[in-house]
Amino acid sequence: MSDSREGHSRAEISFVVNGEPKTVWAYPMERLLDVLRHQLQLTGAKEGCGEGECGSCAVLMDGALVNSCLVPVLQARGSNIVTIEGLAAGETLHALQEAFLECGGAQCGICTPGMILAAVHLLDRKPEPTIDEIREGLSGNLCRCTGYSQIIEAVAEAARRRTHA
Amino acid sequence: MNNDRIVGNSVPRKEGRDKVTGRSRYVDDMVLPNMLFGATVRSQIPRSRIKKISFGPGIDWNEFVVVSAKDIPGKNCISLIGDDQPCLADTFVNHPEEPILLLAHPDRHVLPRAVESVSIEYDPLPAIFTIEESERRAEIVWGEDNIFKTYLIEKGELDGVWEKADHIVEGEYATGAQEQLYIENNGMIAAFDAAHGITVWGSLQCPYYIHKALMALCNLPAEKVRVVQMETGGAFGGKEEYPSMIAAHAALLAIKSGKPVKIIYDRMEDMAATTKRHPSRTRHRTAVSRDGKILGGEIDFTIDGGAYATLSSVVLSRGAIHAGGPYYWPNVRIRAKAVATNAPPHGAFRGFGAPQSLFAMERHMDRIAQTVGLSPVEIRRRNFLQPGQTTTTEQVVREPIDLGRLLDRALEVSDYHAKRQHFANENQRGTTKKGMGIAAFLHGAGFTGSGERYLSSVVGVEGCADGSIRVLVSSTEFGQGTNTVLSQIAAEALGLPYENVSMAQPDTLQVPNSGPTVASRTVMVVGKLVQSAALGIKQTLISANLLRENYTPEEFRSACQQYVSEHGQFRSWSRYEAPADIFWDDQKYRGEAYAAFAWAVYIAEVTVDLTTYGVSVNDFVALQEVGRVLHPLLARGQIIGGVAQGIGFSLYEKVVWQNGRMQNGQMTNYIMPTSADLPPIRVFFEELGNVYGAYGAKGIGELPMDGPAPAIVNAVVDALGIPFDSVPLLPEDIMDQLASSSQLSGASAGGGDR
Repeated sequence: MSDSREGHSRAEISFVVNGEPKTVWAYPMERLLDVLRHQLQLTGAKEGCGEGECGSCAVLMDGALVNSCLVPVLQARGSNIVTIEGLAAGETLHALQEAFLECGGAQCGICTPGMILAAVHLLDRKPEPTIDEIREGLSGNLCRCTGYSQIIEAVAEAARRRTHA
Repeated sequence: MNNDRIVGNSVPRKEGRDKVTGRSRYVDDMVLPNMLFGATVRSQIPRSRIKKISFGPGIDWNEFVVVSAKDIPGKNCISLIGDDQPCLADTFVNHPEEPILLLAHPDRHVLPRAVESVSIEYDPLPAIFTIEESERRAEIVWGEDNIFKTYLIEKGELDGVWEKADHIVEGEYATGAQEQLYIENNGMIAAFDAAHGITVWGSLQCPYYIHKALMALCNLPAEKVRVVQMETGGAFGGKEEYPSMIAAHAALLAIKSGKPVKIIYDRMEDMAATTKRHPSRTRHRTAVSRDGKILGGEIDFTIDGGAYATLSSVVLSRGAIHAGGPYYWPNVRIRAKAVATNAPPHGAFRGFGAPQSLFAMERHMDRIAQTVGLSPVEIRRRNFLQPGQTTTTEQVVREPIDLGRLLDRALEVSDYHAKRQHFANENQRGTTKKGMGIAAFLHGAGFTGSGERYLSSVVGVEGCADGSIRVLVSSTEFGQGTNTVLSQIAAEALGLPYENVSMAQPDTLQVPNSGPTVASRTVMVVGKLVQSAALGIKQTLISANLLRENYTPEEFRSACQQYVSEHGQFRSWSRYEAPADIFWDDQKYRGEAYAAFAWAVYIAEVTVDLTTYGVSVNDFVALQEVGRVLHPLLARGQIIGGVAQGIGFSLYEKVVWQNGRMQNGQMTNYIMPTSADLPPIRVFFEELGNVYGAYGAKGIGELPMDGPAPAIVNAVVDALGIPFDSVPLLPEDIMDQLASSSQLSGASAGGGDR
């Protein structure tokens, strides 16, 4: 890991996180993940690999699923970011969070925030995905505990409830 | 007939809500005031004398806290079973990635360059990297003979068996290292002050292992060492012993600097430096009768322990005891050996030696079947252990297990016979070949032999001031469901709603030593203690005339409140006592190896693509008898997750070594299965119960790791008709073997017996 601050000076960078405008003072090449975790205390995004392979740092940026360990914070300027902390409405869980609880989609929990955001992103694009589409849609997020079946079942269940609600 | 209301039901995971909302706190989410960040300077070569350490230019070293072996207040070792592994290498290094120096700084960004700027001059010594090199003893790298431990299990008499045999079947099998690959990397925070001593918070499985290691290292009494488990993002054995090393490093930096210190490994450091599954080699020589009965045999099981003894002796023990599989051996000799090499020490990983020796046993059964001319189904059926018979350690099978029935059910749900017949036709043409493979196996729950007796675990259950119940154990949650199932057991025992029970955070100041969270022992052994400690609470309230039998939860609550207000802290303790009918001889390695075994038959269906040589698993049936299932959703999740890791072990996960160093320590080049790679994993339970476990439960966590590798490789052999005897089995291995076997069959066309 090289020092992402070398040769740079800090800049004021503003974006919206979970519906709230935020301004941070950060080096342009600092990772969005570090800014979220260390400056904004949004620790739901996790670092699993630091190279965009595992998806545990995934957040939504202007509706796109991104690995926040690969996003320089400057690139987030002016964007609208959603993290796991922004998903529930107060104590009312998002349908996917409910379904993960009920179907056993979370075991150790470390991949869960990124996995749930990947599922949100999938259901936004495909409200009624097939099982194969769910498998494909979550394949950028690694989970070592579950073998994925109960995650896939949770996503299918959340989709079913949404479309039949 | 059962009237249990809570066990047997899939109640909500205790800490589930925090996990799905991102509120759970893992160690890297914790920040202390004035905290420094720590980093580790490691050896780059496998074996050498350290000549000189120098600090490079361009860095203001005054800003750094630097710790070397000289700064260790107590003994320079990570105390575990033996004390051979140093905390920091002093004059010699014995493997790549061995810790030598520690650095700490307030700014984590400056650490990587500082680590690179420390240069170490070596005086290299010859090193060894394989089981065979270790056995040859050209270099002695550990002790007097490179051997950490041997076991000999003998049953019956092999003399005369070979003469009686119609067939003598020999085979050699190998398994590779495997990385646990929990998604949360290892990490620890330590803080020190003279009054309270050392406190560490971390990602870990076994608080009291770390407690013991820090007492020896820091030369502190028990009450001056405190270990707290944070939410832990996966472990699988990989956070059993190595966290003691990281806690030790963070503690040394905290003691020297007087400030809290956080050490979080990045993925490459975690993969390169921490433990992996032991590579193994197993040789079988088996005497078999014409009708396929095993008459006797020799099994030679050897594992590569790496550079220090750590847990290798215990891994070896479990592997040796499982080496005979679920079969009846009238006569057997099992020789087991753990040897030293100059790789980083190998360690605990789900299954703990059993996946290695069972891979060999189940591949060998198919080889025996082929030699005798029986089907893989029939060879197993004729040799299955029956109630009343004895295992290789002469443990009598007391439970009414019917392995033939498990096999029949697995064959039925996998549609084995019809599919195999269909594939035999289909495989005549085309470039994809399909096959079916079986693995039958067993897994002992709890510590081996007298292990549970030595552990002597203690569990507490507390009646709280608000009338609720709190469970006090050092058993940790890392995804498998400890919090949930132990709460269920306490609630069931007391007849209270599940919601009225909470779990104390594992913190050695607060919870007793209920043993390590390993060996599929938590639900069975610790759960049974929770049940009896909970009953103690009830008995106390009834004896104090605060409660009658058949109480309501409200009556219990007010009785508990009243007891606490009158007497203060209200806790009930329960300590493990070995059942009187469990006997184990540590010298002869004979007797009741485990209080209970789980039994299983797994069946894999695979397709081999002869264009890419890739193997895909199309269907996977996992059928097991695990005693009573206390939480169906969690139990199924454990099985599916274990099978997925087993599929990785079989087909994807290869550690590439060069001079004892892992070359592919990244998630981009060490490949674990994604959601797109896995088949439907279909889980079936049989429930016989178990008198030694809480509400009839047996261990479940490790079992599913044992079966996939042999089932899958047997299926590949079935598809292609040529033998493969090692895992991981990668496309290039299949290509090479097909190429060499077609050369062979070309040379001896018509002469083969296949």
